[in-house]
Amino acid sequence: MEWATLAVIWFVIEGALLIGYAILDGFDLGVGILHPFVPKDDRERRIAMNAIGPLWDGNEVWLVTFGGALFAAFPEAYATSFSAFYTAFMLLLVALIFRAVSMELRSKVASDWWRRFWDFAFFGGSATATLLFGVAVGNAILGMPLDRAGNFTGTLADQLNPYTLLVGLMTVALFAMHGGLFLYLKTEGDFQARLRDWMWRSWGLFLVAYMLTTMYTLALVPRATANFEHWPLAAVVVVANVLAVANIPRALHWGRPGEAFVSSCAVIATLVMLFGLALFPNLVTASNDAANSITIFNGASSPKTLTIMLIIAVIGMPFVLAYTGIVYWAFRGKVRLDEHSY
Amino acid sequence: MDVVLLSRLQFALTIAFHYIFPPLTIGMSVVMVYLETQHLRTGDPLYDRAGRFWTRIFALNFSIGVATGIVMEFQFGTNWATYSRFVGDVFGSALAAEGIFAFFLESGFLALLVFGWDRISAKMHLFSTVMVSFGSIFSSIWIVVANSWQQTPAGHHIVPVLRDGAPLVIDGRVILRAEIVDFWALLFNPSSVQRLAHVLIGAFILGSFFVMSISAWYLLKKRHEEFAKKSFSGALIFATLASIAALVSGHFQANTVSLYQPAKLAAFEGHYETGPGDMSLFGVPDDATESIRFNIAIPGGLSFLLHENFEDQVVGLDRFRPEDRPPVILTFASYHIMISLGMAFIGLTLLASFLHWRGSLYSKRWLLWVFVFAVVGALASNQLGWVAAEVGRQPWIVHPPVEWTADGDVVVGSDGVVVYDEAAGLRTADSVSPSVDASQVLASLLGFGFIYLFLGVVWLYVLDQKIRHGPEPVDDDRGEGEGLLSAAAARVERRRGPLSDSGEGS
Repeated sequence: MEWATLAVIWFVIEGALLIGYAILDGFDLGVGILHPFVPKDDRERRIAMNAIGPLWDGNEVWLVTFGGALFAAFPEAYATSFSAFYTAFMLLLVALIFRAVSMELRSKVASDWWRRFWDFAFFGGSATATLLFGVAVGNAILGMPLDRAGNFTGTLADQLNPYTLLVGLMTVALFAMHGGLFLYLKTEGDFQARLRDWMWRSWGLFLVAYMLTTMYTLALVPRATANFEHWPLAAVVVVANVLAVANIPRALHWGRPGEAFVSSCAVIATLVMLFGLALFPNLVTASNDAANSITIFNGASSPKTLTIMLIIAVIGMPFVLAYTGIVYWAFRGKVRLDEHSY
Repeated sequence: MDVVLLSRLQFALTIAFHYIFPPLTIGMSVVMVYLETQHLRTGDPLYDRAGRFWTRIFALNFSIGVATGIVMEFQFGTNWATYSRFVGDVFGSALAAEGIFAFFLESGFLALLVFGWDRISAKMHLFSTVMVSFGSIFSSIWIVVANSWQQTPAGHHIVPVLRDGAPLVIDGRVILRAEIVDFWALLFNPSSVQRLAHVLIGAFILGSFFVMSISAWYLLKKRHEEFAKKSFSGALIFATLASIAALVSGHFQANTVSLYQPAKLAAFEGHYETGPGDMSLFGVPDDATESIRFNIAIPGGLSFLLHENFEDQVVGLDRFRPEDRPPVILTFASYHIMISLGMAFIGLTLLASFLHWRGSLYSKRWLLWVFVFAVVGALASNQLGWVAAEVGRQPWIVHPPVEWTADGDVVVGSDGVVVYDEAAGLRTADSVSPSVDASQVLASLLGFGFIYLFLGVVWLYVLDQKIRHGPEPVDDDRGEGEGLLSAAAARVERRRGPLSDSGEGS
């Protein structure tokens, strides 16, 4: 295959991995964000953690695979972005570490302060990680100063500005809503009833942040919408996105939480697609000199490597989907606590 | 301090802490497969309880391994951006394959393994355990392949980075990178298979010593004795075989190192002067005098191991410029302590196996105490092996090739030392991220230092809690539907069990 074609295919695969990650880890990060607010006693906190207990590890593998595939397919973009976001990513790693171990460790010791500490770590890790993902996406849309070798020449202060923080907050509200919808499907009784209010609240918060972000982007980030001029058909994604956002309150109103959760998945998927449309063909946009941008063409691995990786992905993905299916099937239905639970 | 040193320290710290867990889980998974298979084969509920107990400990270890593993993948980009640009085409592929082939398999079946006891059948559960074990082994395959490529690169070529079809030149230097030419040659580069075998053997040693340590403690405390004996004897078989295999595989590996990384081998052995090589059993290398102080050595031993001849020449550090030599003391010490520990494991496991065969193992309290603490040595040997391998590769992050003359000497330049092809490799000092400064790395290094110290303490605390709690008693086995009488009879049967079936008194 042509090098350029392979590069586009890999851009799409990266997008698919990111969608998979955002939808799947999105709900378990959201469960973490809601942790101090919804569950009111120890049993409910355990139910919340066990709702994602068997799933979060596999969900996070989507991130690991996204990172590995970026390294392999677009090493220039991997090197540039990861070193540019040094401090943010170190914080992200700390957040992910605390979050991961909090679930495993929380229920292991029956002491009040011990559980409180890990509850806080679970919430703090989830909220921080989500915020940082959003901030990173905001920065990717805005672009950043790069030298000719592709190295970031800005500072940490450049990366924290109203726009990137706004995208960060929108992501937090989005995942909180998504997590609330997921938890609603996994719970019963009083706990579930309280989740209802939180689904509405987080949807409202998301809506505000979503509209602000949209206005900001349309008004002040012209590059983000430039691709729509070349491909008017891409407007379909925008329409789908808006419809999905609007369908969540509709489905909730009619008492169809499953449909609301699917809509929330669609919101995330279409937002990632819009992110891709805002970037293409760039992976890292140089804000100082367009010639320094890392694109999918100048930042890609050799055609040989892209082909090998494509074969690996084609062989591997059916297995991945099969394992994911088996696990979600085995742990379907409402959460039951037993001696093996967290 | 500079970015290179700080980044190296951070990588060393984070990989050392992370690497407590992968070999532990790989090794433990094999023991768990054994116990679950025995349960299905014999129907003895004790094996089931043992499987459940070790699974809980496995899950704890695994979760910390996962949490600290992501750090490794991120660090190539955050701290080693120049390296990532140079090797991404080759190294990234292995990492991505690890994600697709290994991590999904592992994480999916881990969920069934840990949470699925009452949701899936015993056979399906065993299958999940086997799959988790495979997943963790697959993951080690890809990561060892990637690392081995850095030691003995193959299957690639070095070409200029292109920007809009033209080579990228910055400050008059053409920017180069490695690209895959032959994927299979890359996969089976000269050291990957041997190193993988050695890594897995190391994992089996650690996993089985871990199980034996906890089991020995129970035996000494006279708690859960039947359970502990089943776990101990199962793990002892693996430990004995693995300890012997480590020696054999280490020997073959040393031969490969001598061919492709002669400076590393010379540093392993503190071999300063080219000529017949002694095998140092103990000593302290001294770079100033280029000799080993307090040396106790077998004359010609190194030559014999490599060439089956006590007189043969072995290339020494004098064939390399000082700036091309690895740090000798650290390499020498880690390599020698690893080997000493390996020898001790062989002696210890053979002795224990002999006593087990004689039927008096479990009455040798001193030996059980040794086994309680031997796991620290097993962990240390795994870590030290990597220290020797990685420090010995310095000053290179990707080792350039070495050429040989027909009479078994390295090809040297006019001044009598090896002139490496700088373009064919990459120096560690040239590999860091230009956009990251020392204060950032210092802050993250300190951060990881504190967090890992905290995590390490919490891990040991929870591990201790779990060990004190011990396996669930077999008697409360739910859903068996046994009547009171038969349950009591079974209880008596089990009480008698260990005396009659192991044939050991006291």
